[in-house]
Amino acid sequence: MKKESILFLFLGVFWGLMGVVYWFWSRDVTGAVMLAGSVFLGLIPGLYLYYWYRRSGYHLRAEDRPDASIEEGAGVIDAFPDNSIWPMIFAIGCMFGVLALVFGTWLAIPAIAFGLSAMIGFTAESRRGGNI
Amino acid sequence: MSSLPPSSDSLSAEQALPATKNKSKKLLLVLLAPLALAGCQVPSFGGYKGVTKTANSTFHLWQGFNLAAIVVGGITLAVMAWAIFAYRAKKGDGSIPKQTQYHIPLEVTYTVIPILVVVGLFVATVVVENQVVADPTPSATINVTAFQWGWKFTYPGTKAVVVGQTTASPIMVMPVNQDVRINLVSSDVIHGFYIPEFNFSRFAQPGMVNTFTFHANKTGLYSAQCSQLCGLYHSLMYFRVDVVSPSQYQAWISSKNASTSARTAIAANGAIVIQDNPGIPVIPSHSNGAQ
Amino acid sequence: MTDVIDRPVNLDSDDQGPVNPDHGHDHGHDHHGPSGLVKWMTSTDHKVIGISYTVTSLTMMIIGGAFAEIIRAQLVSPTSTLVSFAQYNELFTMHGSVMIYLFVGPFAFAGLANYLVPLQIGAPDMAFPRLNLLSYWLYLSGSLVMLSGFLTSGGAANFGWVGYAPLSNVTASPGSGADLWIVALMLTGFSAIFSGVNLVATIFYLRAPGMTLFRMPIFTWNMLITGILILLAFPILTGGLVMLYCDRHFGTHIFTVSGGGVPLLWQHIFWFWGHPEVYILALPMFGMVTEVFAVFSKKPIFGYRGMVFATISIGALSLGVWAHHMFTTGAVLLPFFSAMSLLIAVPTGIKMFNWIGTMWGGKVTYSTSMLMAMGFLFTFLVGGITGIYLASPPIDFFTHDTYFVVAHFHSVVMALVLGAMSAIFLWFPKMSGIMLNERLGKFQFWFLFIGTQVFTFPMYLVGLKGMPRRMAVYPNNPSWQSLNQWASVGALLIGISMVFFIVNALYSFKKRVPAGDNPWDAQTLEWYTSSPPPAHNFVSLPPIHSERPTWDYNHPDHLSLGHGDKEKAKAGS
Repeated sequence: MKKESILFLFLGVFWGLMGVVYWFWSRDVTGAVMLAGSVFLGLIPGLYLYYWYRRSGYHLRAEDRPDASIEEGAGVIDAFPDNSIWPMIFAIGCMFGVLALVFGTWLAIPAIAFGLSAMIGFTAESRRGGNI
Repeated sequence: MSSLPPSSDSLSAEQALPATKNKSKKLLLVLLAPLALAGCQVPSFGGYKGVTKTANSTFHLWQGFNLAAIVVGGITLAVMAWAIFAYRAKKGDGSIPKQTQYHIPLEVTYTVIPILVVVGLFVATVVVENQVVADPTPSATINVTAFQWGWKFTYPGTKAVVVGQTTASPIMVMPVNQDVRINLVSSDVIHGFYIPEFNFSRFAQPGMVNTFTFHANKTGLYSAQCSQLCGLYHSLMYFRVDVVSPSQYQAWISSKNASTSARTAIAANGAIVIQDNPGIPVIPSHSNGAQ
Repeated sequence: MTDVIDRPVNLDSDDQGPVNPDHGHDHGHDHHGPSGLVKWMTSTDHKVIGISYTVTSLTMMIIGGAFAEIIRAQLVSPTSTLVSFAQYNELFTMHGSVMIYLFVGPFAFAGLANYLVPLQIGAPDMAFPRLNLLSYWLYLSGSLVMLSGFLTSGGAANFGWVGYAPLSNVTASPGSGADLWIVALMLTGFSAIFSGVNLVATIFYLRAPGMTLFRMPIFTWNMLITGILILLAFPILTGGLVMLYCDRHFGTHIFTVSGGGVPLLWQHIFWFWGHPEVYILALPMFGMVTEVFAVFSKKPIFGYRGMVFATISIGALSLGVWAHHMFTTGAVLLPFFSAMSLLIAVPTGIKMFNWIGTMWGGKVTYSTSMLMAMGFLFTFLVGGITGIYLASPPIDFFTHDTYFVVAHFHSVVMALVLGAMSAIFLWFPKMSGIMLNERLGKFQFWFLFIGTQVFTFPMYLVGLKGMPRRMAVYPNNPSWQSLNQWASVGALLIGISMVFFIVNALYSFKKRVPAGDNPWDAQTLEWYTSSPPPAHNFVSLPPIHSERPTWDYNHPDHLSLGHGDKEKAKAGS
């Protein structure tokens, strides 16, 4: 996790420096605000990753160590969902949702119907699977 | 320019460079000296030589970039071609080449050299750029308003107004050898004020006046047009720039001042009423003049 | 329902090569799930989604290409009436939008990336498989919404793919085509964000043991940086689109002067997304050709670490160059953006030399994939150099919005298309288990490569003569005609090359020449498993001691040599 967090932190700090130079040179609010936001995009994941790296007691995972053997990773990786219809249903709901913005609010009815059923479906599916 | 006899090259090139006290101009001369001295033998690479002072500098910068590109691109291309052709695997040769992965000095070299090249290009850019955006005290000012799909040129302090739409191609009259300030604005969407032979374009934007200066050094009628997509008739949003001698310019301004009805007359003559579906509008015969 | 996936075990003995697909049955992870349409709709397998993405985006390329052919046909004559002005504006808007938003992007960061990233790092799937599937469906519905603009009475969006305010406001561009364009980009924007999250999370959390960051294939590295750039850039575009929509329908005045708004703000927002977007499109293709050069030169990637750092610096610098699209607004800090734009050429140049270095001293095989990659190299050199011109404001002043700029980015994007084709020829056997026909592929290459040059070079020249982009007619300038005709010939050649591609795909599926697990003697982990890979990808994994585990497994006597490794080489051989 260490190198991953350093990558994000480096990007955040770099954009911060660039933003400072840009602000004092140009006094352009738009760009400076967007660069400031970008700093957070670098720092928040970077600090999050570093936090977990620290909480694990600076533990290097098998995928972080060059000398790790494949056997070290033996065991369960994680649970992965099987086929699911709900992402498609949810996307159809989203499509009706944006079409409602163009052609009129009545399209929000199918949007909400598809969206809600997809959310219920997602939840039920996850519960039945039990391992997520 | 390539028609000049070789013997006169260095002399004519030196004469062609206008004497100036401008510091940045001197720096430019130093930077582009080899180029400027080579003068007319450097090809134009398809660019316009330019009919304003800054257009000429921009043209020299363009030549310089092209020379740099030919050198850098040529070397890269040669190395590339060598790598592609010299190391072609022969049929049936299943052997495995040496698995070289790193060569630190080589990698450092091809990091440092590009950095030096771009630093050089940047310095040359800044010098020319400062000339292009310089804002000297002008001898004449023209307010340009772009609209869908035409141009309006007004001359503050005078009654001169030129308005025209699409292929009517209104003419912006300006004096030669004088600093002319343009105040550019749009009354609706963004348009592009683009004069190819001035090597210059600038957005005409609503709610924001853009100011810049031309110093034309050659009289003539130059074609120009809107370069930024502005709706249906973007392709026909022409105008022309007529660079005339200062005396002719004064005469033109006075004639406009004298005639109180100038404004309506020109507006009526210049404008073409656009139908909903005009097909291809008739092109006035004079609009090919500057080609 | 979920599957609990175990880590595949190491094959400890030498007698077992890469695993055959039957092995999967013993392991109990094989799926007898749905097939056909239902599989396409419901499968959360990254390989299925990756193929769906690839096929859909290539379909978009054909659609966008058809628009381009009509545009080029219109420009054959200065006063052509093939299409009306209004139709022409719709065509180039949708050509740009389809190509950028619906083809190159999704192909690059969601198609092949979805398929390859988990395979290259030894993962069973993407980190969030259902989010991945949602991402695909949002992309497909967004594509349909955008294209449906043609069915509305006012026609599709017609303000250019950049949608500059105030031309994109409701006064200048009324009609639901424009609204459909805006909301479609919201859908595809979220789709891209989900892909980005998925890529970064997968690469951070699902690597196989020993697959450290600096052992990931360059393609995966590039996808990591691309994922980060997506997370950064796309929310800004989506935010801008919401503002644009509010301006159009809710009476806000964010981009309209009359209510105190600033039209220029749209350009800042758009290009703050738009320039990282250029690298979001380019980095994946860079990664693809990197793998191709290594495979067909039988060598490791030259300067692997330099390549990684070049990618990171491109990602870092790409946020500081947005306003080089805005030099002619007269309202941006010219030297800053000029300097940053020139500087970003340096890491790109390093990549170029590393590609050449990879071929240097190798055994270069002229397969179709490699030819496409070589075509990429040349075309990208042209596009890159003209890009440096445009980083210089004085030069940009007279080329901005002319065909010079159009030619520049078509050089770049056609290079990316060559890179994409190169990748398809390399990885098609892995994805399908069968080979593409090399002979038809070479025909396709020559048409595509020559077509690209015939297409772009006249556009550079006509741009320098002063032809602005997005012109339906050019009646005042008949002298531009012959150059435009040459460009149209080039576009036609490119179109023909795509016919070869489609014929090749159909022919190969009929002929079914089996590929085997590793037809190219390739180097990275995806070539260790079967073609196509079993469900959850790996039944076993080789030991991972470098960034090319499959090569090390197959050629234990030919490991990569570092800078000071000459002695070791002699000792080893």
